[in-house]
Amino acid sequence: MSVMVDIRSVHKSFGSLEVLKGIDLAVHTGEVTVILGPSGSGKSTLLRTVNHLEKVDRGTISVDGALVGYRRSGDKLYELPEREVLRQRTRIGFVFQNFNLFPHLTVLDNVVEAPVSALKRPRREAVEAARRLLDRVGLADKADAHPRQLSGGQQQRVAIARALALEPRLLLFDEPTSALDPELVGEVLDVIKDLARQGTTMIVVTHEIGFAREVADTVVFMDDGRIVEQGPPADVLDAPQHERTRSFLSKVL
Amino acid sequence: MSSDTLAKASSAPGIPEYADSLPIVPRRRLGQWTAAVAVLVLLGLAVNSVLRNDAFQWDVVADYFTTDAVLRGLWLTLWLTAVVMTLGFVLGALLAAARLSANPVLRSVSWGYVWLFRSIPILVQLLLWFNIGALYPHILGVRTVDLLGPVTVAVIGLTLHEAAYAAEVVRGGILSVDRGQIEAAQALGLSRWRRWWRIVLPQAMRSIVPPAGNMLIGTLKGTSIVSVIAVQDLLYSVQLVYHRTYQVIPLLMVATVWYTVVTSVLGVGQHYLEKHYARGSERTR
Repeated sequence: MSVMVDIRSVHKSFGSLEVLKGIDLAVHTGEVTVILGPSGSGKSTLLRTVNHLEKVDRGTISVDGALVGYRRSGDKLYELPEREVLRQRTRIGFVFQNFNLFPHLTVLDNVVEAPVSALKRPRREAVEAARRLLDRVGLADKADAHPRQLSGGQQQRVAIARALALEPRLLLFDEPTSALDPELVGEVLDVIKDLARQGTTMIVVTHEIGFAREVADTVVFMDDGRIVEQGPPADVLDAPQHERTRSFLSKVL
Repeated sequence: MSSDTLAKASSAPGIPEYADSLPIVPRRRLGQWTAAVAVLVLLGLAVNSVLRNDAFQWDVVADYFTTDAVLRGLWLTLWLTAVVMTLGFVLGALLAAARLSANPVLRSVSWGYVWLFRSIPILVQLLLWFNIGALYPHILGVRTVDLLGPVTVAVIGLTLHEAAYAAEVVRGGILSVDRGQIEAAQALGLSRWRRWWRIVLPQAMRSIVPPAGNMLIGTLKGTSIVSVIAVQDLLYSVQLVYHRTYQVIPLLMVATVWYTVVTSVLGVGQHYLEKHYARGSERTR
């Protein structure tokens, strides 16, 4: 099975606070990796380094065989020009905890924006594709609404459609249900499960243990900037090897 | 609320079963009525004194209201305002961009500009520019007094002053846009240019338009200061007339009424502009 994301000894500090202390992780094509861990464990930061929203201090990240944000020449890494980084990002979808939909644009324009301006698709084609995607997340009738007229769950589904519009090779989810009312969590998880069934490669940072158990191929438990353990959900969730994992799970289950 | 608590409420002592048919009598607001009447009486007295005081000479006001000299002055006031606003906001936007950039030199220079030009009263600045020939008698081989006439000095002085304030207004607008908006645009691969024009600026405009509208009205009236360097704006035009005819009050009224009319029109324009940029901000429709 080919490796989609290859993270090697990634370090990252904010000022004097080291949030990633050497992360190694491989995500295989077509698999769902769920990252669990307490707040401040570095899981969101790790996710954000994968599409270069955060620069790493040390280590490398490759997606689909290409280094993210850098070009290697000899034994040096040269930072890529912004244009190149933006092009790489169009192949990596990112879904934010707070949706970050563009409030001044309609739902349809939110989805159409990136294919038209970043991929130079003809607008008509992009609109058709966007309507299909909105239909897929169950929001075909909301195309002309503005984001603030939607519920949180609907907004997050639009955000997923917006990420899918670039036809990414990889989808990253940063706590996609943490900002939602409990009754709205299900509708968003259903969309993500549906994507998982279709073989989309995904990394999901979440607190939803049930979702991890059901959907994940690999569960990664992080604490204090390190990966404590990883493996199939049956191992990590039901028979954790480390005390830290056990105590975390006992608190959230 | 459960039906149990409802039942208890309706059986409270003194409240009959048919509680929903009891009429509600609003509290009497004596204070509000007294205040309203007092204000109306004062207002009536003021209007009466204005209309009945012959010294206002409303017939003279009417005579001069649309004379060529006054209209030429009004026209200069209008285009001077437009030019100063436009140049001021272009320069202000550049200053705001510099202030928010990652480059420490640009940031400091922008900060210094705003500090300096907000510190100098506009009147002092206009007089300085008007007398710049004393410092630099020649600019690029041309005599400074020939190069910088009163109107040019007015444009330069007012623009530099305006830009300092515009920079702060634009910067505030940009800062009001949620950081997540820029990250989302970056994650979608939108170019820097596209992020700025399509995502940040339209959202920043919501916070920029109200203070910018204030500044526009302030600038319109503020241009009257150029009368001190003999630029024939609306105020200076009526001054030229009353220096000749000694009808000071009616001619000042001509200027007053024109300033009020233009300000009102601008206010209406601002209302529609604000509505335009409020798109998508209402929760329900």
